Amino acid sequence: MIDVKDLHVRYGAVHAVRGVSLSVADGELVTLLGANGAGKSSSILAIAGAIKASGGSVMLDGRDMTSANPEAMLRAGVATVPETRDVFPDLTVDQNLTLGAYARRRDRKSVAEDRARMFDMFPRLAERREQAGGTLSGGEQQMLVIARALMSRPRILLLDEPSLGLAPAIVDQIFQMIADLKAQKLTILLVEQNARKALQVADRAYVLRLGEVAGSGTAREIAASTDLDALYLGG
Amino acid sequence: MDFAVQFIINVLSLGGAYALMALGLVLVYGILKLVNFAYGELIMVAGYTLHLVGGSPLPWLVMAAVAVVMAMVAGLATDYVAFRPVRAKSVTAVLITSFAFSTLLQNAALLFISPRPRSVPLPEIFSQSVMIAGTPTPMRDIITIAAAVLLLGLFAFLMQKTVLGIAMRAAATNFTMARMLGVPANLIISSAFAISGLLAGVVGILWIGRIGTVAPAIGLEPLLIAFIACVIGGMRSLQGAVLGGFLLAFIDTTLNYTLSQDLLKFRDAFTFSLVILILLWRPDGLMKGPATGQRT
Repeated sequence: MIDVKDLHVRYGAVHAVRGVSLSVADGELVTLLGANGAGKSSSILAIAGAIKASGGSVMLDGRDMTSANPEAMLRAGVATVPETRDVFPDLTVDQNLTLGAYARRRDRKSVAEDRARMFDMFPRLAERREQAGGTLSGGEQQMLVIARALMSRPRILLLDEPSLGLAPAIVDQIFQMIADLKAQKLTILLVEQNARKALQVADRAYVLRLGEVAGSGTAREIAASTDLDALYLGG
Repeated sequence: MDFAVQFIINVLSLGGAYALMALGLVLVYGILKLVNFAYGELIMVAGYTLHLVGGSPLPWLVMAAVAVVMAMVAGLATDYVAFRPVRAKSVTAVLITSFAFSTLLQNAALLFISPRPRSVPLPEIFSQSVMIAGTPTPMRDIITIAAAVLLLGLFAFLMQKTVLGIAMRAAATNFTMARMLGVPANLIISSAFAISGLLAGVVGILWIGRIGTVAPAIGLEPLLIAFIACVIGGMRSLQGAVLGGFLLAFIDTTLNYTLSQDLLKFRDAFTFSLVILILLWRPDGLMKGPATGQRT
């Protein structure tokens, strides 16, 4: 479904992503592993159109989306949950979800259905419907941004570090939810530092090191061949 | 008692006008993190439109509506001419293009109309007064209060209940995230300019209604008032702009009532001193918005 070739991202003099190529097929869950600063988030943001790639190409079902802006990527079916989460703190939970469905807002009936579905999936959000997003706990905010991204009915979900900074019990919940989404045939590109957990749910994995792909394979191969602890440390 | 009623009505009508001015400015600032220095000229455009259609047999309300629409068009033109081409490049560039657009509009008025003030048509009601609690009160003050209440209510509804309004608030907090949810940048920015123009148009008519004439430099004072109100209230908060507008009106009116005739011509010096004191106390303004303050 998504095909990234020789992607480069530069921040001034810093060359953060140096020729990353990866692909995610329909219904697949692919994880992108690597230490801090390996270029995972930059790759995600460049694919989402939020930052400009300085080279390479991003193809979506054979269509060239390399220089598409973020709103065009979303309309093409790519929903992004960035590492920074970015709940709108002064908007209510409900309003955050409304924005998630912005591109299909005229389809009121199915938006209402999806909203009900999200509240089923995340009962904590239902309790906090009218509360401002900024008042939620970290785990609830993570659930909210995932639910918000799902409101667009994406074909592929780019999920950047969903477990970052969350309590172990919540992390388990988040990974359970990712497994559920995969079971529903949603295509997912998951960035994680928690390599063990990510490899448990993923089909395939890429390992990034200093902005380059240092290894790739099925989740099992990567789990067997890579020193997972070293991934955290950037070894 | 009479004094109190008069004072309250003065503060509310002046404050209503100030609040609308400030809201129009802060709406665009919130989303772009850029001040639209051509904002005052939107008021000028509304004034000259009213002057130009003044000779026609149209009912006054229609003329006023045409003036407001022209202010909205001028707001959209500001976006297309001064902001959109250079928006992504640099803050300095937009600063200069918005000044340039402001000068261009003013000079167009000088050249094609007149450097001298021109009269605008106003309905009878603007010069009438009513008795409220035994105090003769100009109708235009009542109209200003009513217009402010109506527009602030409409604006609150728009920002709270409509998808466009929610998207605009989201864009003001984190534009990139809003775009990643499919909110189109250009539509949001253009809407902000159009609403800014609407507010400027209405407030322009009320403002010009106080003096009855329009001149090329008419926009300068409203721009300054709006800017100060926003700074007091907090540049990142819509509520702050409204609060700042009413507070500034309260300060101005209090000084009008208390300063002696000799000192009154220095009123602005007193006002600015108080503004400085407020800023020493709250450097970010009275209300902190949720915004990250990041430019996109």
